[in-house]
Amino acid sequence: MTKIAAPPFVPAALPEPITSSEAIDGHFGPYGGRFVPEALISALDELERIYNAAKVDPAFIAELAELNATYVGRPSILTEAHNFSKACGGARILLKREDLNHTGSHKINNVIGQALITKRMGKKRIIAETGAGQHGVAAATAAALMGFECVVYMGAEDIRRQSLNVARMKLLGAEVVPVTSGSQTLKDALNEAMRDWVTNVATTHYLLGTVAGPHPFPSMVRDFHSVIGIEAREQVLALTGKLPDAVLACVGGGSNAIGIFHRFISDPSVRLIGLEAGGDGIETGRHASSISGGTSGVLHGSRTYVLQDEDGQTIESHSISAGLDYPGVGPEHAYLKDMGRAEYRSVTDAQAMEAFALLSRTEGIIPAIETAHALYGAMVLGRELGPDATILINLSGRGDKDVQTAAAWFGIEL
Amino acid sequence: MSHLADLFVRTRAENRAALIGYLPAGFPNQEMSIKVIKAMIEGGVDAVEIGFPYSDPVMDGPIIQEAAETARAAGITMKKTLEVVREVATTGAPTLMMTYWNPIDRYGVERYAEDFHAAGMEGVITPDLTIEEADEWLGLTDRLGMHPIFVVAPSTADERLKLVADRCSGFIYAASTMGVTGARTTVSSAASTLVERLRKITDTPVCVGLGVSNGEQAAEVAKYADGVIVGSAFVKAVLANPEDPLPGVRAVAEDLARGVRNR
Repeated sequence: MTKIAAPPFVPAALPEPITSSEAIDGHFGPYGGRFVPEALISALDELERIYNAAKVDPAFIAELAELNATYVGRPSILTEAHNFSKACGGARILLKREDLNHTGSHKINNVIGQALITKRMGKKRIIAETGAGQHGVAAATAAALMGFECVVYMGAEDIRRQSLNVARMKLLGAEVVPVTSGSQTLKDALNEAMRDWVTNVATTHYLLGTVAGPHPFPSMVRDFHSVIGIEAREQVLALTGKLPDAVLACVGGGSNAIGIFHRFISDPSVRLIGLEAGGDGIETGRHASSISGGTSGVLHGSRTYVLQDEDGQTIESHSISAGLDYPGVGPEHAYLKDMGRAEYRSVTDAQAMEAFALLSRTEGIIPAIETAHALYGAMVLGRELGPDATILINLSGRGDKDVQTAAAWFGIEL
Repeated sequence: MSHLADLFVRTRAENRAALIGYLPAGFPNQEMSIKVIKAMIEGGVDAVEIGFPYSDPVMDGPIIQEAAETARAAGITMKKTLEVVREVATTGAPTLMMTYWNPIDRYGVERYAEDFHAAGMEGVITPDLTIEEADEWLGLTDRLGMHPIFVVAPSTADERLKLVADRCSGFIYAASTMGVTGARTTVSSAASTLVERLRKITDTPVCVGLGVSNGEQAAEVAKYADGVIVGSAFVKAVLANPEDPLPGVRAVAEDLARGVRNR
């Protein structure tokens, strides 16, 4: 096992546009934009103005870098998975260890950034939606650190399957509100958070947890996560002397994927592959693969790929992974797909759990079930590309929260 | 002149506000929703907003969410909503729709505008369509002579208020409060301030919605607005007596109709 530590990340500024997928007027090609009640427009305008000022303000950049270095634990390390490689056709497998961040996933990157923005806006209350609970835990953590009131909306179904994270949020002082409408999962938690925001927008920042939603969220959240790809690109070059052949990440809303993809978009030799949750299989209709199995539509404030029926009603998604169980995807992914710059594949529950078990057994790393989708993608891609290939995987989260689900899946008695 | 434009000429002459009633299409089922809307009109509702029940109604509170779910469970579709619109339009009451954008987008924006206009729909309230995303829509409503109606909020900044107001026709929907649909014990004072701000920049009628549920509140709003929009109160009346909702619905409409005449 080789571990490579990169030098501390001290950016001169947040990354400048390095991609043809950069938003213009809040749009990624035909995707993105703002489809929201007029009541939210002034708050979105304010957020955009304050974020645009902050991202070029040396004081803000320094404060963010300081928290990343001393609180989040950045840079996250790169781990070469020599044993898991055998299951991937012998391809060289490099894991970007976002699971080792404080709170256990990539989600903290965005949360710390937005919490600093919240301070700049003078707001004292944050709300968040959560699926797996990773974003909720990260938001509750930042709220505790910065003294905000924090309310997390979480589907009742997700509360059941991610009870450990619910307890963590409560210990951190957050209020967790069960959402019982609709499918009682992430999409409905997002609806409820939007309703709270419309009502309390004067005092409250909606700390959205993924690269979806109305402009400027997809761009801002992407920027805060782009540190993942910036570090990983340096680390891979230092270790192997060349760029990876492919970068893989799981995609629900798509924040960890866009975070690791973004720095590589202008490297044409690097394939970018997002792994969507295939649930029982796309052909069964019970899945959460919005790009592979959806159509263009409007959901939660932006135009993107959506799982919908012929009347535009959202179709409930299905996945063993609460964090990927979402019927939409960030608009930048929709555009990267249409541009042909990124590819999107679907991984079923059973395939993801196979990779989950394999990484745990071969490397001593229990991944989040979300992340296991990307790991299975590497098992397939590695066999396609052969042993000369180098595959970088965003190990977006750790699997502690999934122990109950995994135990039930594998028939382990607790 | 559309029935809607005609309505505001009439209510101004009568020195009263218009009463606009909302019901989700297909609630509690398709047939009954038509009867409920007709009872609303008999009770004194001047214009009707037919909602399309959508799976992710982020602007709606629990009452209208429940109604939308009931209607969807009873099998409402866009095609059936078109039939409801056609049936309601035969009454001669101005017939409007209120829908989130994705169902229109999915149906096909041009096809939607043409089909529903042909069925007698005079205008559409689009609560999550921002004017920045509305170019195609405004081209179509202009061509067909339909009323595009946007929602403005107390938080809408002055310069934007003018931009949005200038793109509305028929009336401007002023949200009385920062929040979602549903009855409230008092109508926020933010409503009168917002209407005052609109009066300075436009002659288009202004109707106030969100939170109005009885005649007393309607009378309060009628003092400064051209119209009062009521939704959840009708849904509640149906939920209170699902077997025989029409007398209750008519009574709510009559109470509100007295209110809008009691400036």
